[in-house]
Amino acid sequence: MNGGDRIEAAIRAARREGRTALVAYITAGYPEKEAFRKDLARVASAADVVEVGVPFTDPMADGLTIQRASHAAIQAGVTLRWILREIESMDPPITAPVVLMSYLNPLLALGYDELAGRSEAAGVAGFIVPDLPLDESAGLDEALADRGLALVQLVSPVTSEERLAAAGKASRGFLYAVTVTGITGGDADRGGDIAGYLQRVVAHSKVPVCAGFGVRTREQVTNIGAHVPGVVVGSALVETLERGEDPVAFLNSLSGRTA
Amino acid sequence: MTTPAMPTESPDELLRALIDGRLPDTRGRFGPFGGRYVPETLVPALDRLQAGIEAHLHEPGFQACLGAELRDWAGRPTALTPAPALGRAWGGEVWLKREDLAHTGAHKINNALGQAMLARLIGARRIVAETGAGQHGVASAAACARVGLPCVVYMGSVDIERQAPNVDRMKRLGAEVVPVTSGDKTLRAAIDEALRDWVSDPVNTYYLLGSAVGPHPYPYLVREFQSVIGREARSQILERTGVLPDAIVACVGGGSNSIGLFHEFLADQEVEIIGIEAGGKGTGLGDNSATLSSGRPGVLHGSYSMLLHDRDGQVQETHSISAGLDYPGVGPEHSLLASIGRVSYRTASDDEALEALDECAALEGILPALETAHAFAGARHWTRDNPGGRVLIGLSGRGDKDMPTLSRHPPRGTGT
Repeated sequence: MNGGDRIEAAIRAARREGRTALVAYITAGYPEKEAFRKDLARVASAADVVEVGVPFTDPMADGLTIQRASHAAIQAGVTLRWILREIESMDPPITAPVVLMSYLNPLLALGYDELAGRSEAAGVAGFIVPDLPLDESAGLDEALADRGLALVQLVSPVTSEERLAAAGKASRGFLYAVTVTGITGGDADRGGDIAGYLQRVVAHSKVPVCAGFGVRTREQVTNIGAHVPGVVVGSALVETLERGEDPVAFLNSLSGRTA
Repeated sequence: MTTPAMPTESPDELLRALIDGRLPDTRGRFGPFGGRYVPETLVPALDRLQAGIEAHLHEPGFQACLGAELRDWAGRPTALTPAPALGRAWGGEVWLKREDLAHTGAHKINNALGQAMLARLIGARRIVAETGAGQHGVASAAACARVGLPCVVYMGSVDIERQAPNVDRMKRLGAEVVPVTSGDKTLRAAIDEALRDWVSDPVNTYYLLGSAVGPHPYPYLVREFQSVIGREARSQILERTGVLPDAIVACVGGGSNSIGLFHEFLADQEVEIIGIEAGGKGTGLGDNSATLSSGRPGVLHGSYSMLLHDRDGQVQETHSISAGLDYPGVGPEHSLLASIGRVSYRTASDDEALEALDECAALEGILPALETAHAFAGARHWTRDNPGGRVLIGLSGRGDKDMPTLSRHPPRGTGT
């Protein structure tokens, strides 16, 4: 099964269990570089898809939490090559599909072909690239597709119908619906008609839609889950790890799943 | 395809396309460089800006209003000044295109005024801008006051300290100045933060980008507004001397004053074009901001261009004594001009810039900005290699804002 199919299957499996699928984000190697594999395993045990953040010096779509995490991870020596080696050496391998979330430049620096080859070897399912809009994504999409890896497209509340349709057709694994115009870690409840927006996204998408940016509570998961099969939780999970609290308990409190 | 495609055209064909106005192409590319690498949330705002440019920028009514404001409010055309004492000292003929005489003291006003007027036309309610040296912040604050739009300026905390006079000027002109303490606390972090603000309100907010960098259409738009420098300089030098200069020289950070001067001379093959980057303290990693001299292609702030970054793609810390050049990227048109060899890019160190600043102040009675002083150092070097040659320097801004830095570097020969 290719990466996109694995992601879709994981999201649909949660739906069959009557749950909203959880896509859980952590910044690789944060708060402790040495604890990355342990953190990844714990998060993967309570999430349906895991999003692993590749730190970048200039994360322009991210709020303070992920800026802080990215900066600390870079200081600790976390690199894309290191992340791929760590994921490859997970023992036992994690079952939840892993998606790398990275700004474009670290991917360009490695080179698309090498990136795709190493990612396939590591068992990565796909990529989310927040500064790569659909119009610029052909080269990366092609290199990833050659290795069966998914490129997840993003849409936002200001995306036109025409672009929604194009992104809904091009996206693999899931379609990432950003719930607010803004940066990560804000408040998902802010702003206008979320229900109408999510319904428009779903209508245009050939793959499951997961919504995120600022999801922190069970109530938000329930509200968003009424419209789409999955939610993305990022900054709130990173903050949980920062405080040394149990990520499994936090994720279960969001999904209503019992351990 | 592993990276954005390398062009199949020859350097001559690319230069011809640039001169003929066929670059940037419909995808916002200058050859392989440029593009729009931004979050999806910003795409509609960039599309709206592109539509606004197509509807208004070259429309006679807009050009007439802009021309009148540039003349009546910004003080254009700026003078072309002969610099005979520098000429004698260097052994050549030196001319200065005096952007320091433009309103608010630098070339930045050409772009800030133009974009603020355009922003009004496309319905912006609020302006955000970034600033390094503070010159673009001051120009934006002034232009926004003039057109009647509120203005928020993001400025790195390191730059706030070294360019203190400009911070007070921005506030007096009615702008809100937001200190940026994330990242490297200089121009690059200020752009990151301005982008985050814009992502949060892409419908009502207009991002008034100050250099010829960023996602398409900014590199094009900024060049169009700054090209007034080269148009004036070219006709002024022809009027005064009857011939074109042998060389033109300007400093390059993001590259707006330089592209504004250079673009109009690209077709003049007999004119050598030289851009001077900040050589800082030396050639070591992090000791300079010489992107074209020592960078590799990469993506930062929305465009694919030359960039100072490590093998993992992490953007490098940079250094320059001048806040305006202290930036790890450069505009995509400069990357193209470097790759096809039409412009030579060289460096001047912190010390060479300070020395050149003192020399210009002492011999010509003009205190240039520290950024601009790099161009003087480069022009002096060129003149020594080309005795008797005629060189035109883009004097991009005045040095008053640099007094906090200059006070720590007393003029040579004073013995203090």
